[in-house]
Amino acid sequence: MNQIPLTHILFVSTALFFIGMYGLLTRRNLITMLMSVELILNSVNINFVAFNRYLYADKLDGVFFTLFIITIAAAEAAVAIAIMIHLYRNLNSIDVEQTDEMKF
Amino acid sequence: MSASALMFYILSAFILGAGLLAVTTRKIFRSAIWLLFSLTGIAGLYFWLQMEFVAAVQIVVYVGGIVVLIIFSIFLTQRSGMELPVPARGRILFSALAALAGFALAFTLIMGYHFQPWEGGAPLQGGMLAAGAAAGPVEAGGASIGNIGTQLLSADQGGYLLPFEVVSLLLLAAMIGCIVIAMKVKSADK
Repeated sequence: MNQIPLTHILFVSTALFFIGMYGLLTRRNLITMLMSVELILNSVNINFVAFNRYLYADKLDGVFFTLFIITIAAAEAAVAIAIMIHLYRNLNSIDVEQTDEMKF
Repeated sequence: MSASALMFYILSAFILGAGLLAVTTRKIFRSAIWLLFSLTGIAGLYFWLQMEFVAAVQIVVYVGGIVVLIIFSIFLTQRSGMELPVPARGRILFSALAALAGFALAFTLIMGYHFQPWEGGAPLQGGMLAAGAAAGPVEAGGASIGNIGTQLLSADQGGYLLPFEVVSLLLLAAMIGCIVIAMKVKSADK
């Protein structure tokens, strides 16, 4: 890893973030939107680990932030999927265009 | 170009290609499988950065947990052979424009920022980690599992014991919440 500048890793994570954002904006299905959110969270994790490795190699805080983000992402995915299954039971669809029951 | 640098570019191309296919493919099951490949590639990137523990957690939690959960929910809620509808052309156009504009902004910001090296070690030489710079103060173990475990569970200055416990409570709350939300409510009129 000595020959790669930090900026190249940051470009990869930025590109992954905006790929996830593109998916979040174009997809209209709740499961695929959740997948895009996972991609975004992963790009942030790459940033934390790369900064820890390159700029603060004597500390471990980036690793801990990554571990907590992974944990919270797991909890978030579980709750989101429970909500989707409940929604599917009620509406027979998980398309965001049809989930307008609470629209005022 | 050394083998290590080549490895990085191959991993990056793999991550980005699989991620792009995950958000554009029209079969939802294939989308989940491309997401799986992308997450595995990110675990490979952590291995490449010599963060073995994070890579292991990435494989166990994301690849082994979240993707399996997503595939289960696809089978529970979708007719998985069906193709997703194509999004409207205008929405694709504006989403791509927004993503490209955001990427361009972040690109210029990253290019213009001068990253400071860490204290007490060899400075970054032209943005690159100098050879042998990894031999820092803590580098006896560095990001070894022993160091991570000791600092994660220490209550001293810089320890992460309190966030650890808070996150464990959060996981418990999420677990109970999932059960309550997804539970079938027995109708009272029977």
